[in-house]
Amino acid sequence: MFNFLELIRGRDRADSSRQKVKQRLQLVVAYDRVDLSPKALEMMQREILDVISRYVEVDPQGLDFSLESNQRATALIANFPITRIREDEDEEEETAAENVVKP
Amino acid sequence: MVRVIVITSGKGGVGKTTVTANLGMTLARLGAKVALVDADFGLRNLDLLLGLENRVVYTAVEVLAGECRLDQALVRDKRQPNLVLLPATQNRKAEMITPNHMKWMVGELSHQFDFVLIDSPAGIEMGFKNAIAAAQEALVVTTPEISAVRDADRVVGLLEANNIRPAHLIVNRLRPAMVEANDMMSVADVGEILALPLIGIVPEEERVITSTNRGEPLVLDTTKTLAAEAINNIARRIQGEKVDFLNLDVPKEGLFTRFRRLISLK
Repeated sequence: MFNFLELIRGRDRADSSRQKVKQRLQLVVAYDRVDLSPKALEMMQREILDVISRYVEVDPQGLDFSLESNQRATALIANFPITRIREDEDEEEETAAENVVKP
Repeated sequence: MVRVIVITSGKGGVGKTTVTANLGMTLARLGAKVALVDADFGLRNLDLLLGLENRVVYTAVEVLAGECRLDQALVRDKRQPNLVLLPATQNRKAEMITPNHMKWMVGELSHQFDFVLIDSPAGIEMGFKNAIAAAQEALVVTTPEISAVRDADRVVGLLEANNIRPAHLIVNRLRPAMVEANDMMSVADVGEILALPLIGIVPEEERVITSTNRGEPLVLDTTKTLAAEAINNIARRIQGEKVDFLNLDVPKEGLFTRFRRLISLK
């Protein structure tokens, strides 16, 4: 109902300053809450990548690390697009693995 | 059983002290014995918002230095005999205050009052630590603005870490027309980010400025305002009453909408 009204009014939802500020805040509080230094975050990123790379080949272009917060719990979302499974491993083929670490 | 509530925000200028003054006044009018403690040592303001600045003789610092008794420092409100203010110091020895001092003072007040409301300074440094030291519960005041919400989030984390619960959220200075136009975060947006139970929504109100000019808390104003009603509702919710949130929707069109709004204002 509400969405329908919004649709009629033709408001710019995704682009509104209200949506923008909400997105910015969600990101900034997620980082505030874990209180990790950019350096520690980068190190963690590299080490996780090292481990993953032992098993699969990862497309370095498509790497995506982010923190998300929901109900005061922060999750680290890591996205690794897999290009190829390493030969010494006999896993099934996959295209992407998603790894969620909850603190 | 006394309830010791700290009113805090992180960011300054979001209306913490105004909320404290008006809530204190309202709780007192509802019959509770209320002590307001200004914990903003060095930059006191609560006396001004209550119009009690000329009656401050001693402050918390003189009490702690043993220069006067606690009850000598309490400023009794002549308009509302249930309300007293423990003023902060304006210029001297503000650094001497410790969390233990606060615990002692609030402990003394606990015997005589139903509510002790502590007005916290902005920031999360020593002044904040003092303000929360003796508190059992918290009211977190924020406005629907990015920096205020970010700072409020830090404060919520610190309150959790210090086991001060429950903590409730007051969204202050909301501008419903701007929310409607998607130019301001809604109460739901703010609530979603902070993940705190909501206890009050106070709309932006110009009369807050004039009432502050006069030193008369808004809730004493003979002209009824939505903001004063909102504060009144918060006081009742604090006392455990179930009160619906005000309908702050902008009347768009139609008699029906306007009629409904009129009813909800009653």
